[in-house]
Amino acid sequence: MFGLNAKDMRSLVFVALLLVLAPILLNPFPEGSPLAQFNAGYPDLMQRFAIFGIFAIGFNILFGLTGYLSFGHAAFLGAGSYAGVWMLKLLTINVIPAIIISTLVAGVFALLIGLVSLRRSGIYFSILTLAFAQMAFALAASVLTPITGGETGLQTSLNDPRILDGARESSNIPTPSLFGLEMGDSWQLRVGDWLWTFNAGYYICAIVALIGFYIAIRIFRSPFGLMLKAIKTNQNRLNYTGVSTRPYMLACFVISGMYAGLAGGLMVSMDPLAGAERMQWTASGEVVLMVILGGAGTLIGPVLGAGFIKYCENIFSKINKSVLEGWFSVFPDGMADFMVAIVYPFVGKGWHLTLGVLFMLVVIFLPGGLVQGGQKIGSWVTGRGRKKSAGAATTTPAE
Amino acid sequence: MGILEVQNVNKRFGGLQALSNVNLNVEEGSVHAIIGPNGAGKSTLLNCFVGRLTPDTGSAIFDGQSLLGIKPHEINQLGVSRVFQTPEIFTDLTVLENVMIPAFAHRDGAYKLNPFAHVAREAEIRDLAEHTLEDMGLQDKMEMTASSMSRGDKRRLEMAMCLVQEPKLLLLDEPTAGMARADTNRTIDLLKHIGETRNITKVVIEHDMHVVFSLAEKISVLAQGTVIAEDVPEKIKGHPKVREAYLGEAQV
Ligand SMILES: Nc1ncnc2c1ncn2[C@@H]1O[C@H](COP(=O)(O)OP(=O)(O)OP(=O)(O)O)[C@@H](O)[C@H]1O
Ligand SMILES: [Mg+2]
Repeated sequence: MFGLNAKDMRSLVFVALLLVLAPILLNPFPEGSPLAQFNAGYPDLMQRFAIFGIFAIGFNILFGLTGYLSFGHAAFLGAGSYAGVWMLKLLTINVIPAIIISTLVAGVFALLIGLVSLRRSGIYFSILTLAFAQMAFALAASVLTPITGGETGLQTSLNDPRILDGARESSNIPTPSLFGLEMGDSWQLRVGDWLWTFNAGYYICAIVALIGFYIAIRIFRSPFGLMLKAIKTNQNRLNYTGVSTRPYMLACFVISGMYAGLAGGLMVSMDPLAGAERMQWTASGEVVLMVILGGAGTLIGPVLGAGFIKYCENIFSKINKSVLEGWFSVFPDGMADFMVAIVYPFVGKGWHLTLGVLFMLVVIFLPGGLVQGGQKIGSWVTGRGRKKSAGAATTTPAE
Repeated sequence: MGILEVQNVNKRFGGLQALSNVNLNVEEGSVHAIIGPNGAGKSTLLNCFVGRLTPDTGSAIFDGQSLLGIKPHEINQLGVSRVFQTPEIFTDLTVLENVMIPAFAHRDGAYKLNPFAHVAREAEIRDLAEHTLEDMGLQDKMEMTASSMSRGDKRRLEMAMCLVQEPKLLLLDEPTAGMARADTNRTIDLLKHIGETRNITKVVIEHDMHVVFSLAEKISVLAQGTVIAEDVPEKIKGHPKVREAYLGEAQV
């Protein structure tokens, strides 16, 4: 179906289910229970899961397939964000133009930066992209203040022209919407002690993410994708085989940049504020971590990596000293203090330390990322399962 | 008129004159062997034809077009494919994919940017690749990752990658090195066979004289960057300069 084979269709359905059920899956703990702080099913965070998932899927199309490591992808995210806010200001508060235009603007940016950066490969390519992104960041924060709002950032305001729907008088700054459905609108469902929030903005991000994932699968399975994989293994051979690698690389870079722009457009559609820090190298580095952590070159890896990092960022960073003291109060006094002292550096503001350690463990022991970890567990479980059923004689045939 | 005409090619690496005034005339449809001791400049000469190196002076005309100063993929699109001395394959991809890629390049030209086409639906390309792999005796290894193959198999894979493109000119740099005797004979048969059915001109660099004398219709002998003899096999065997070049090497 949709031009996918059975295995890819399963991946697509899996991601679709994850996205649709996220508000329930991410809230496994009842309201008010001590573990409720590990719940991640609130709109703001779920939106970020989907948006960074898109960012990572796009980055993986470049890095996972061709091996070209861009250190400047945040520039496209930023360009998309600014373009998106401008659409919300100038055209309409409806998010559709913002999302489309931010994708296109990022694509144009990627084309220009790609034309120059792709003259080199390897570390020089990485450094060129980094240089461009830092340049974009510096310009956005200073010289381009009229366009970007400088250090304060760019946001919607009451006296925006909004030529398509500005006529509607209102005393509040309107919030982004989809034909009247506001991004902040939520519908809550209470089942027993569980509270699930189904948010309009999140579901729009989720639908876009699913489309983005589908397109990525198609790219992976196309001759175009095959050429990109060939570039990664042996670019010279590909040249001697009669393939001009430049157009492939450029197209791939632009597609990847458009995903980043799309993520930026969605970001400002959820919260119409864009700042220059969104283009900084740390933001570019984050998406690299997401993809490597999840499993570069795999379809599902980037989605998992993005979810994992955003979860850690938002949940571990919330755990402070008093929370820890609460956990360890069951221990005798000295012991509790000791445990708090050990764990404390890894949570709260120190969550980066946790992330760093996890990242190192993954790169060393699971070079294929979380996906490889999942496969290992999977084969271990099925291996055991098979042994068991073989031992239990042959009463029931396998389905 | 040969299909490949090389005149006065010179190439210097620092203080080393790797090629000096090399002339070569390859007849269309023939098998032309290049032999010579290690370091004679044989691979360097091929590098000049595929865009890996540009000679300092001289010309190389293939089918009426100059091969110098154009890019490797443009040379391939003219109909020149090469098997390298150390196998150049896509190690991370499957054997079948390795052969489908050149087949795509042959059918679609230097690039075709369609991210929504399907590899799985390219039955024609797949069949072509599978047949070529069968010819090379690799039909049981199609789903294998290329990196896990033996050296001899890699070489045959690379040959399949070239043959699937039905090149006009096939350049082979030691195609049987690293192969067992049986595989070598098989390769000889194959190269003879494809010469008969399709009109592929072949330039073969070889150290194995059994291969050379089984295949070649003409032989050029290269020593220290100079062609010291170019003739039919029977005459090369007894050529005094050739004996000297090989004996000289043996004494070192
Ligand atoms: N890119 C290069 N830079 C510098 N020197 C080179 C380069 N390529 C080849 N050479 C030198 O040129 C000479 C000829 O090398 P070449 O590889 O053409 O020899 P060959 O005849 O193919 O030998 P073999 O039979 O061992 O493959 C050698 O001395 C080699 O070291
Ligand atoms: Mg050589």
